[in-house]
Amino acid sequence: MLGKTAGGLYWMFRYLERAENAARLVEAGFRIALTRSNDAEAEWKSVIVTTASQIGYDTLHDGYDSSRVVDYLLRAPENPSSVLSVIKAARDNARLTRTALTTEVWYAVNDTWMLLTDLLKDPIPETELPGVLATIRQQSGLVRGALYGTMLRNDIYDFCRLGSAIERMDNTARIIDVKYYSLLPSPSFIGSRMDNVQWETILRSVSAHRSFRWAVEGDFTAPAIADFLILDRRMPRSLSFSAGQIVEHLNMLGAEYETRMPSHDMADALQTQLKGRDINSIFEQGLHEFISGVITDTAQLAQQIAEDYRFTG
Amino acid sequence: MLNKMKPHEKFFNEMTSEGGPRSPYGIYDAWFAGQNNERLAQKAAEAEAFFRRSGITFNVYGQADAEERLIPFDLVPRILAEREWTKLAKGIEQRVIAINAFLHDIYNRQEILRAGVIPTKLIAQNDAFLPQMIDFSPPSDVYTHIVGTDVVRTGEDDFFVLEDNARTPSGVSYMLENRETMLQMFPELFSMIKVQPVSDYPKNLRRSLEASAPASCEGRPCVVVLTPGIHNSAYYEHSFLADQMGVELVEGHDLRVVDGHIAMRTTKGYKVIDVIYRRVDDEYLDPLTFNPNSMLGVPGIMDVYRAGNITIANAPGTGVADDKAIYSYMPDIVKFYTGEKPILKNVQTFRCGEADSLKYVLDNLADLVVKEVHGSGGYGMLVGPAATKKEIAAFAEKLKARPANYIAQPTLALSTVPIFTESGLAPRHVDLRPFALMSSKGVNITPGGLTRVALEEGSLVVNSSQGGGTKDTWVLED
Repeated sequence: MLGKTAGGLYWMFRYLERAENAARLVEAGFRIALTRSNDAEAEWKSVIVTTASQIGYDTLHDGYDSSRVVDYLLRAPENPSSVLSVIKAARDNARLTRTALTTEVWYAVNDTWMLLTDLLKDPIPETELPGVLATIRQQSGLVRGALYGTMLRNDIYDFCRLGSAIERMDNTARIIDVKYYSLLPSPSFIGSRMDNVQWETILRSVSAHRSFRWAVEGDFTAPAIADFLILDRRMPRSLSFSAGQIVEHLNMLGAEYETRMPSHDMADALQTQLKGRDINSIFEQGLHEFISGVITDTAQLAQQIAEDYRFTG
Repeated sequence: MLNKMKPHEKFFNEMTSEGGPRSPYGIYDAWFAGQNNERLAQKAAEAEAFFRRSGITFNVYGQADAEERLIPFDLVPRILAEREWTKLAKGIEQRVIAINAFLHDIYNRQEILRAGVIPTKLIAQNDAFLPQMIDFSPPSDVYTHIVGTDVVRTGEDDFFVLEDNARTPSGVSYMLENRETMLQMFPELFSMIKVQPVSDYPKNLRRSLEASAPASCEGRPCVVVLTPGIHNSAYYEHSFLADQMGVELVEGHDLRVVDGHIAMRTTKGYKVIDVIYRRVDDEYLDPLTFNPNSMLGVPGIMDVYRAGNITIANAPGTGVADDKAIYSYMPDIVKFYTGEKPILKNVQTFRCGEADSLKYVLDNLADLVVKEVHGSGGYGMLVGPAATKKEIAAFAEKLKARPANYIAQPTLALSTVPIFTESGLAPRHVDLRPFALMSSKGVNITPGGLTRVALEEGSLVVNSSQGGGTKDTWVLED
């Protein structure tokens, strides 16, 4: 396979994952804005920070109100990570790698691009927002389903899945990092309203507010939530799960190409940080430091994968 | 562009003559009479949705931010009898062989210039002539691996070649997709009417390219398609052909010279390739040899080429055979290299660089079509009968300033084939581009080709960039 094709597949799925995550963050933010308007501005700001778009946003706007933040995250052409921008980028990558995709995957991506380009043509009124966000997530699921259901399990599939897993790892880590203070087990805050709001938003940002209740017996406590998001291998957006996916698909590539690359060691090291860990030991190490480390390691790993498999010349 | 013919003028209608349907259309005509317009309109809408979903779209040159456009597809097929096709195919084969021989001659011994058949300055002053190709023979002496010959018809037995596209002719993906679409929409037609298949084209293309690999190549040759990238107007076709042939689609930055060969960057390292079907123009092929600013080519590829380690299809420099000044000599070129009379006619062509012709053209601008020698895509031309007095006067000035840059032809009464409209069938002008493949094993022409149709009533301009559409083209089995 061409290195460029591998890179195109990888980025296509990073972008699709990014679109889905943006929709989820907007949904969580919107809920806060509706139910606790006093917290809305701070919440929107943290969403902007989470998506690493504060500098870009601040050059266009001052103040963080629903309509401008939502527009920036969903539609703004100036924002390279807006849903509209990344869906276009995903579709461009799909065109680039078209010979590697099944017709079903191509249709799913191309349909998504056509549908969302039309849906996001004009600013989204509040009344339409829930429907639009649902559509973005639904379309993302459609592409994923086409990938699972129709693609050969070969290197093509591995590069697609690596893109999703790296992006998800980065995204969950950022969500935790921005809100890390509310996840610290500080006794003076426990049970306060502030924490309940923050915890609920964090869980909603990764679509886990229901699964947490089912999976974790016991109370909503900061350590339990942190444990769930970082270490729980059952939770498909946890760091541990994502690291497992990265290692799994790199190993499959290693087997298919019969060569172990430097990125394999880096991925193993990343996974070791999470495997068999106890959440208390992470708190002792310092949650913020730990998460910052994960974000940096993930970025370096991504760079190494691109180098090992010759994404660019 | 408005380009109307006077309505009272008579055009050859390929589907219907005065006594009823022409024989190739007999069964189709009867079938059509039993259809209802609503169902057909529904089918047409489905076809459009299919094209858009599949991404069979193009970008118009100079409109980078414009929406992707579809080339409109018309559901009425253009039907040729086998005997009509056989003659056409023979004529095209003869022409393709002559063009290839001409190229080899021009870049080597130049017998045709010595014999005085065509003037030396037509070659010497031709931008498409590449000095880098002099005294060099490409693998198997093949220059034109793929040729698209534009043919128009004016009567029962009157076929003319309008243009020979010997560089990187496009449109073949529409030939294939149009047939697929018709098979999906109207399977019943194909059980009633025996139509020669076109679906072997990608397989034949791959075989033909493999047969043209460098002599030094061992084992099965590695073929790739080279595209300028996803923003090129024909990108869909490039990816379609690579996919259908089962070969990699590469861009310039995927390739480099490794140990005297061209190699592509794969996830496992560099892999040597043997044949490049390039859809990148000559001047962008090699920044070390041609345009130094090109990002689309491969630095050093011309050295590898001249060392005989890569096949480039079509060969660089083939454009010298398909410009419109050379076109006017094509009957002589065919005779010179094949010793035969040309089977297909050329359109009468006035070379404005010659004083007598220029005078005639200036006096008769209102009745002529004037084209730039190096122009393409229907740009930069004057269609006399459709132009205003002001436009004609302005064009006359351009013509006087650079006469050798233009040729003129009489306005042809192009044949019509009906298209489907809401109010039923309506005749529209068409042309035809069959595709010929050439290798050491001979010439292979897919029965059919791309029929382009001017969708606007009376218009003679079939180019997709100017309101043209396409039709499926059927060659019947007798």
